[in-house]
Amino acid sequence: MPNETHKDDNLLEIKDLHVQYNTDDAVVYAVNGLNLSLKKGEKLGLVGETGAGKTTLALSILQLLPKKVGQIASGSIMYDGEELLGKPDSYMLGLRGRRISMIFQDPMTSLNPTKTVGEQVYEVLHLHFPNLSKEQKQEKVDRMLQLVGIPASRKGEYPHQFSGGMKQRIVIAMALIAEPELLLADEPTTALDVTIQAQILELMRRLKDEFNSAVVLITHDLGVVAEFCDNVSVIYAGRVVEHGTVEQIFASEEKHPYTAGLINCIPDLTRDEKRLKPIPGHMADPRHITTGCCFADRCPHCMEKCRTTPPAMHEKDGHLILCHLYDTTKEAE
Amino acid sequence: MSWLKYALKRLLMLIPVILSVTFILFVILSLAPGDVARLVLGQDATPEQVAQLNHEMGLDKPLLVRYVNYMIDALKLDFGTSWISGFEVLPEFAHRLPYTLLVSVLALLFATGIGIPLGIASAIKQYSLLDYGCTFVVMLLFSMPAFWLGTMCQILFCLTLHWLPVSGIRTWKCFILPPMILGANTLASMIRMSRTSMLDVIKMDYIRTARAKGASNHDVILHHAIRNSLIPVVTQIGISFAGTIGGAVVTENIFAIPGIGSMLINAVKGRDVPVVMGTVIFITIIVGVINLVVDLICAIVDPRIDLAS
Amino acid sequence: MGIFSKKKKKPLSEYSTGELILFRFRKNKLAMIGVAMFAFVTLFILIAPLIRPYSMVIKQDIANKLQGPSAEHIFGTDELGRDLLARILYGGRISLFCSLAIIGIAFVIGAIIGGTAGFFGGKVDTILMRVVDMLMSVPSALLAMAIITALGNGVWKLVLALSIGQIPRFARMVRSSVLTLRNMEYVEAAKCFGASSPRIILKHILPNGIGPIVVSATLTLGSVILSISSMGYLGLGVASPTPEWGTIISENKVNIQYYPYLGIIPGICIMLTVMSVNFIGDGLRDAFDPKSKN
Repeated sequence: MPNETHKDDNLLEIKDLHVQYNTDDAVVYAVNGLNLSLKKGEKLGLVGETGAGKTTLALSILQLLPKKVGQIASGSIMYDGEELLGKPDSYMLGLRGRRISMIFQDPMTSLNPTKTVGEQVYEVLHLHFPNLSKEQKQEKVDRMLQLVGIPASRKGEYPHQFSGGMKQRIVIAMALIAEPELLLADEPTTALDVTIQAQILELMRRLKDEFNSAVVLITHDLGVVAEFCDNVSVIYAGRVVEHGTVEQIFASEEKHPYTAGLINCIPDLTRDEKRLKPIPGHMADPRHITTGCCFADRCPHCMEKCRTTPPAMHEKDGHLILCHLYDTTKEAE
Repeated sequence: MSWLKYALKRLLMLIPVILSVTFILFVILSLAPGDVARLVLGQDATPEQVAQLNHEMGLDKPLLVRYVNYMIDALKLDFGTSWISGFEVLPEFAHRLPYTLLVSVLALLFATGIGIPLGIASAIKQYSLLDYGCTFVVMLLFSMPAFWLGTMCQILFCLTLHWLPVSGIRTWKCFILPPMILGANTLASMIRMSRTSMLDVIKMDYIRTARAKGASNHDVILHHAIRNSLIPVVTQIGISFAGTIGGAVVTENIFAIPGIGSMLINAVKGRDVPVVMGTVIFITIIVGVINLVVDLICAIVDPRIDLAS
Repeated sequence: MGIFSKKKKKPLSEYSTGELILFRFRKNKLAMIGVAMFAFVTLFILIAPLIRPYSMVIKQDIANKLQGPSAEHIFGTDELGRDLLARILYGGRISLFCSLAIIGIAFVIGAIIGGTAGFFGGKVDTILMRVVDMLMSVPSALLAMAIITALGNGVWKLVLALSIGQIPRFARMVRSSVLTLRNMEYVEAAKCFGASSPRIILKHILPNGIGPIVVSATLTLGSVILSISSMGYLGLGVASPTPEWGTIISENKVNIQYYPYLGIIPGICIMLTVMSVNFIGDGLRDAFDPKSKN
């Protein structure tokens, strides 16, 4: 890659992405005009409720949406200066697992039950490094397994012989063995015990530093984000409603009401509170396109124009908020 | 060696099954009304002759005694003689078994060899012409009686077109149509089973993981999907085998193959109890052994199955 | 389309489970075709005496033997000059009604065995299931033949012989339904609300457990129709001159080559009936468990 240095240092740049699922009953609009950018080596958290479109986004980047049902309607996904949409499958094959890899939510089901874990890690090298000798590949597999804390002697065992946390370690080994530039981690700790969660996060942090991959961490757990990420994008109904550094998101006075609601949901042990404060209502029905702001129905600060006009993005020192609340502030300035 | 232990254990478990199956058959077959000795000797026999024969055959003893005697003889590999033709049951069975086994095994090979690839292909190309075609064929085969298909094919290919011999076992050509007829139903269930199973497997998370690793469609199907989708299919083969042996009666009848089936049908019609008894016991043993083999194959295909427990 | 056109505005979540199952079943085209075909076949079999008197089934008319389909004999005549339509209509009665009887008998006995085993558990369960396993280890066709050997030919003897082979299937299914449903969370929940045992069985266990059993009974019906006609073809159970779809084909075997209608017409009757039953069974399966649909 000769002109790498001349390129924009954004590794991933997503513009105005629209993704929909065409099911028998209805069209589900999962991602609606999402923008996102990611620098090399950056750790970005994607936060949002179940159904916000986080996983759809990750699958769109890899173009692994369910065939015939999932469809990228419009937009652009630039990866390392190349437009991915419309690229032939052969190009994507070279990308997947080699330059972009993904960790899935449920380690119990994401490993093939009829292949040994060694074979499954080895397969990545087999697919992407045809020049390495068999011994070299085996040696790399052993080293990688050890790195994630699995004794290399167990590589001949099958997934059902491992615990959930260990399976996730194997999945991580698989995702990182090719030293990808970008790791998409889709709720990597949600299905695990709390103590195991911490171990897995620690492992990911260590390996991220070792391989200097950029990480997109998809989660609904703000605690995990605060611990792991540099920047955060809050996603609601298929859009980024707020983006900023971890400090900006947690400490800034100016917040999207949805983010404020999410933070309020975290039980705070320092304050004497009797109840959790959930966000009222449910996620907007993704089968309908909303006219105004997508959060209007659940927003405590909802105004007249929120129901009619879509809000614009407001920026302050790189802190982005998609909300009518800050219209006035900007106009005053 | 765990599989050997397992196999031995399963074979031992067959013994009580055989004992009880024999007992049930004994009870059922002793319900046969009418006088057997009279049946054998004909209407002209004197009452003394009938009583004499009844005594010789041990039929005047109570049921339980006869059962125990039968089992003791069976241990000496003596399963009695035919009431009608006078042949010994076991040698006759052993003599006829190869034909039935040949036709049945060919039928299974035909059904699996064609059915599994077709089923997998129609799952991969779901909603294609091939898929609709397969679904249609399955639908037809499932509703078609084997004897009808056999009769019609025999008339078409053997009697009218003269492509194949009508019946008998003279040449290898005699073993083309009968296995296809016998395997037709299994073929349908193989297509359906492997299609459904493949469709289920394709939806699995680990298939998505494999794709995310950069495996091509081809790699994913070949290295990840097929083996997993075969697990329920192998079980189905075992179930189908019992049906195939039952179906052999019809096929052998149509194509005049001198196997177990034609022996059994004659015995049932002539109410030849020792022959029916022996045949059913032997076939139960064979089916039991086949099921054991299928379970062993399952354990090879699916590493999650632990034979030791 | 009855109730559904009137209630169309009601949101999907307000329909009861039964209504939803019916709704999904009605939406399934193949299943509706199956129902129509089955109704057609059953109707003709039921009104057989209006179309042909029973006497025509056995009335021989050698002068008119092997006549192809004509206005007088719509399906033609066989080698003894008997009217094929009459034989098929009355033969269908045996094929169809006996199959239904077999399923009914096997279901009732199987439900009693399986229900007892599942409900009481422990030793009762072990013993009953051992017996069932044993019956299962003999291929059902062979078991039926052994029973025929003992009892001899006869329609009711055939019914008995074939139903015994089907008992294990129903016993096992009812037992596992009872076992899983007994410990299901919603049954636990109903118990916590203080629902009585009969109420739990009627309102919760039965509607949820009956689905797979009905589906399996329907699909088994198809294979039983095939078994009966196979036995008939082999000359076991139903014997000529009593008509049965399998025996009709068997007695015309030698003439089919030159008079194909003698084989094709009864064959199609069997296929249509079995196919309609299979369509209904598949439709019921998809209606009870939409996730199983591919």
